[in-house]
Amino acid sequence: MGADNFQYHDYYLVDELLTEEHKQIREMVRAWVKKEVSPIVEEACQKAEFPRQWIKGLAEIGAFGPYIPQEYGGAGLDQISYGIIMQELERGDSGLRSTASVQSSLVMYPIYTFGSEEQKRKYLPRLAKGEIIGCFGLTEPDYGSNPAGMITRFTDKGDHVVLNGAKMWISNAPIADIAVVWAKDDHGEIRGLIVERGMEGFTTPETHGKWSLRASATGELVFDNVKVPKENIFPNIKGLKGPLSCLNSARYGIAWGAIGAALDCYDSALRYSKERIQFGKPIAAFQLTQKKLAEMITEITKAQVLTWRLGVLKNENRATPAQISMAKRNNVHMALTIAREARQIHGGMGITGEYPIMRHMMNLESVITYEGTHDIHLLITGLDITGINAFS
Amino acid sequence: MLYLHSFEIMKILVPISNVPDTTSKISFTDNDTRFNGQGITWIVNPYDEWYALVRALELKESGKADKVTIIHVGLSDSEPTIRKGLALGADDAVRINAESSDSLYVAYQIADYAKNNSYELILTGKESIQYNGSAVGSMIAALLDYPFLSQASFLDLNGTTLTLHVETEGGIKVVEGQAPAVVSCAKGMAEQRIPNMRGIMAARTKPLQTLDPKPFRQNVKVRNFGLNPGRSECKLFTEDQLDKLVEALHKEAKVI
Ligand SMILES: Cc1cc2nc3c(=O)[nH]c(=O)nc-3n(C[C@H](O)[C@H](O)[C@H](O)COP(=O)(O)OP(=O)(O)OC[C@H]3O[C@@H](n4cnc5c(N)ncnc54)[C@H](O)[C@@H]3O)c2cc1C
Repeated sequence: MGADNFQYHDYYLVDELLTEEHKQIREMVRAWVKKEVSPIVEEACQKAEFPRQWIKGLAEIGAFGPYIPQEYGGAGLDQISYGIIMQELERGDSGLRSTASVQSSLVMYPIYTFGSEEQKRKYLPRLAKGEIIGCFGLTEPDYGSNPAGMITRFTDKGDHVVLNGAKMWISNAPIADIAVVWAKDDHGEIRGLIVERGMEGFTTPETHGKWSLRASATGELVFDNVKVPKENIFPNIKGLKGPLSCLNSARYGIAWGAIGAALDCYDSALRYSKERIQFGKPIAAFQLTQKKLAEMITEITKAQVLTWRLGVLKNENRATPAQISMAKRNNVHMALTIAREARQIHGGMGITGEYPIMRHMMNLESVITYEGTHDIHLLITGLDITGINAFS
Repeated sequence: MLYLHSFEIMKILVPISNVPDTTSKISFTDNDTRFNGQGITWIVNPYDEWYALVRALELKESGKADKVTIIHVGLSDSEPTIRKGLALGADDAVRINAESSDSLYVAYQIADYAKNNSYELILTGKESIQYNGSAVGSMIAALLDYPFLSQASFLDLNGTTLTLHVETEGGIKVVEGQAPAVVSCAKGMAEQRIPNMRGIMAARTKPLQTLDPKPFRQNVKVRNFGLNPGRSECKLFTEDQLDKLVEALHKEAKVI
């Protein structure tokens, strides 16, 4: 990739709604991304490798569990700080942001919220420091949008349980030291348990051949009679509410993250269109290009205001899952549309790794599918406003 | 024998200025007499931050200095920039509450603080990127009667002995000096650091003292600002148009 000349865009001065600390955090993450991510992300994606050196950096900038209290190794920050970190990471690459989202919202959050005191003390500080990496196993080969149907299950054997089944499409699985796994108990109730790498019968084969999120490792979790000590089961949660509350936190972060990808595409397209001359003029001088650019910044601005407001509600513990669904769906779709338009503005250059556009565009195809597909979020809004369930 | 006493503790003072980010769109208000700060991101002047402050922190971390203090002459709106310096690792900070574009006034305030609080080493950036004056460092040195070691790209400290490298045209000059001294720091002295989350959190509670300025005359102020006319269009010549190139250089550019 060429030099990372990214500049932030804040058309409605939303920055005035942020604290100085928010802005400091944003600058810190952006500086880290420019220094450590942008120079190598293209090659990492081409080779489909997750650069492991990012883990230490992510920990140092506080991207692992920013809102987990300091007592457990987190940074004790608010939800807007978390969002800002996700935005800046995804400005670099959605795969990078996925790694941080999973560690924070899908691994540290459930351990902090549903875990026993011993579980919190044992895992959270090490996860915050990046000494161990976690993953989150909900989706199964036959149960994606409908996780309630999952067939992974465990049976009680006195002091331990025996876990059987398989999870698919699991981010971080190949590099994870622990997995937060959702499975049914003998009564058919969904429970969460922490499975550690090295437990007999537990394997994490990598998923190859992805055209999206190539800098993030994805894999399966296979459980073949895995003996899991009972103290690894979350004591405080039963039912689908457990995994869904984790997804809420992650989706909130994705709503912010998508703005980052959109900003990167817009910023690149704006610069390119002012430099690229055709028919004796910069292509930015043509009305059709201006329409694309003007619509991009309009959509980005709407998303920035929407997401800031969602952040305030989340800080006050008032953000509903349906509100979060609306923001995730709107922002990811907005980013994907902008990536496609920005790619056109870059002409042929837009398909190369010289520019970040195609990579963002491909990444966003996963982002619009995982953590609830675009259509599933629409049905969540539909249910919320009509009171009628259209899922099944 | 001003420079021969040995210091029990070596304290480093790093003056920082608050400048618009290098990518800012520059414009003016009030009949071109004021810089338009709307939508501008303010940063620590890169020479102050990347070279002077980071090298000061490195000297402290390697046990060659005991304390690093940031000083800034400016109004309260530059406090976020000062906190950035604290997030990078400075121990404390002082803000002299005054607005001034007069280098001597600024230098006087810094020199006065350095003298009253016995700072033996003052590290400045080689210039600030908004006015590019390169004046304050040498003025501080003159006011304190300290040697001024200019544009160092390397600095080491052993006790009170300073070793510096100064880049010259095609070469390098190795200079030795004694603290107390003022050193202006140039590219190469240290590598840019990115503050980490721990630093940002620690900066919340580090001391930031505000002091009133000492009375001193202000002889210089900016009357108004203007923008560069910008570069004119670029002309390209092919290899076989050497004569045209020579003609253009002679008649249009008037350089030969
Ligand atoms: C790169 C990547 C990383 C991932 N990481 C993780 C992870 O870390 N952990 C994890 O647990 N999962 C992860 N996932 C899985 C992801 O959450 C699922 O892919 C997603 O939930 C969709 O499930 P599915 O792929 O089985 O699609 P399906 O559920 O089969 O959906 C296929 C299509 O049918 C539509 N559809 C389904 N039901 C309905 C309905 N009722 N009404 C209308 N349309 C419907 C969907 O919208 C979609 O368009 C990841 C996926 C990807 C691609």
